[in-house]
Amino acid sequence: MYDRVKISTGLLVVVLLVLIPFFYNNDASKAAPELTMPTNAKACVLPRAEMRAKHMQLLNTWRDEVVRKGDSRPVLVDGKEYPKSLQLNCMECHTSKVNFCDKCHNYSSVRPYCWDCHLAPVE
Amino acid sequence: MKYAFPLAAVVALILIALIAVQIPGMQYLFGVIIPYLAVAVFVGGFIYRLCYWGKSPVPFNIPTTCGQEFSLPWIKQDKLECPSTRLQVVARMFLEIVLFRSLWRNTKATMYEGPKLTYESSKWLWLFGIVFHYSFLIIVLRHLRLFLEPVPSCVALVEILDSLLQVGAPLMYITDATILLSLIMLLLRRLWNPYVRYISLANDYFPLFLILAIVGTGILMRYFIRSNVDIEAIKQLAIGLATLHPTIVGPISSLFYVHLFLVCTLLVYFPFSKLMHMGGVFLSPTRNLANDSRMHRHINPWNPPIKPHSYASYEDEFREDMIAQGIPVEQGGPQEAGAK
Repeated sequence: MYDRVKISTGLLVVVLLVLIPFFYNNDASKAAPELTMPTNAKACVLPRAEMRAKHMQLLNTWRDEVVRKGDSRPVLVDGKEYPKSLQLNCMECHTSKVNFCDKCHNYSSVRPYCWDCHLAPVE
Repeated sequence: MKYAFPLAAVVALILIALIAVQIPGMQYLFGVIIPYLAVAVFVGGFIYRLCYWGKSPVPFNIPTTCGQEFSLPWIKQDKLECPSTRLQVVARMFLEIVLFRSLWRNTKATMYEGPKLTYESSKWLWLFGIVFHYSFLIIVLRHLRLFLEPVPSCVALVEILDSLLQVGAPLMYITDATILLSLIMLLLRRLWNPYVRYISLANDYFPLFLILAIVGTGILMRYFIRSNVDIEAIKQLAIGLATLHPTIVGPISSLFYVHLFLVCTLLVYFPFSKLMHMGGVFLSPTRNLANDSRMHRHINPWNPPIKPHSYASYEDEFREDMIAQGIPVEQGGPQEAGAK
């Protein structure tokens, strides 16, 4: 092979870059986030799977409705009224940001900007 | 119609994954076995192609020159366009790879009545090409958040910058818009421009359609069809793959498996296609050679060895024939023999 040293060096760099995930992780990386679920309520405003997948879209819609359109009427789910509010609704049951929100958000490197305006509970 | 077959192939790939993952147990095939195979083929194929190119001799010194070569001291050399030293070659290669300088030179020829031929600069290919490549790079770096735990801060920084506009939730990524736009423009360019359309082949359209489908499924999963797109389960699968203990926890949307299958297809296709320009750009003799053929002799590696042949050995080889023909020789000639 011509230019053996140069080509091998380049190849080694590429292969190592591609294989970074195989070296970087360790046994601690395999732990899945464990959430502290609320004890004072059985149901959320949407079924569990939907909340898991779409809570950010719901919160974003609520934010737009309340802050931008001035529509702060509560949502009615199964005959119960829920205010469209992070602090007055969500955080009533999910009292801990550290043990609930942050668990998955840190795991999947998501940084929602809720807390730019909202006050996070003191923990 | 050269775009019809690649389009059908990508649609078929989508349907294969979409239908197959409905069968119980097939998630393991599409989530674990195919990704491992794809990474192995990608890495193996990449090494194979580069070694194959490395073994190919470069018989001539053939850099493409686009400026004044190194000459007399009072003639100014164009060091980037006609490099004569290794440092200048490195600078030229670096700018080619980082800024796509050769595409910046693209021109468009138009024939007017007269007939009158005009050339004008056409930067669209450069623009959409560079937007596409950098968007793709950032998207690949962003995806490392799913493969690395804890997520390194450099990966997080890329993500923060990409979602800097803070549009919607989940936050819109700028690169999602730019890659989609640039891919569509690169595709339209092939279909629209009659000259480019004429030289476009199925293997030009296939990667465009494939990457468009990958981008499309990714965008659908993030912003529109979020049901069962469980990032925690997906990350556990990705980490499991990377730590060689793959597990599939809970149901994951079939859209995810389509996305993954298309990425695997891209990985397998990559080393054996034009996409190998990723590695090939470094090995292009028209780019990585210095235009120094007047300073250093470029040896053609397949030239046979030429042994020196002195007059003394020439005479040793042909002495008898030379004597027979009456040609004077320096040693062992008839005069010498007669004198004794």
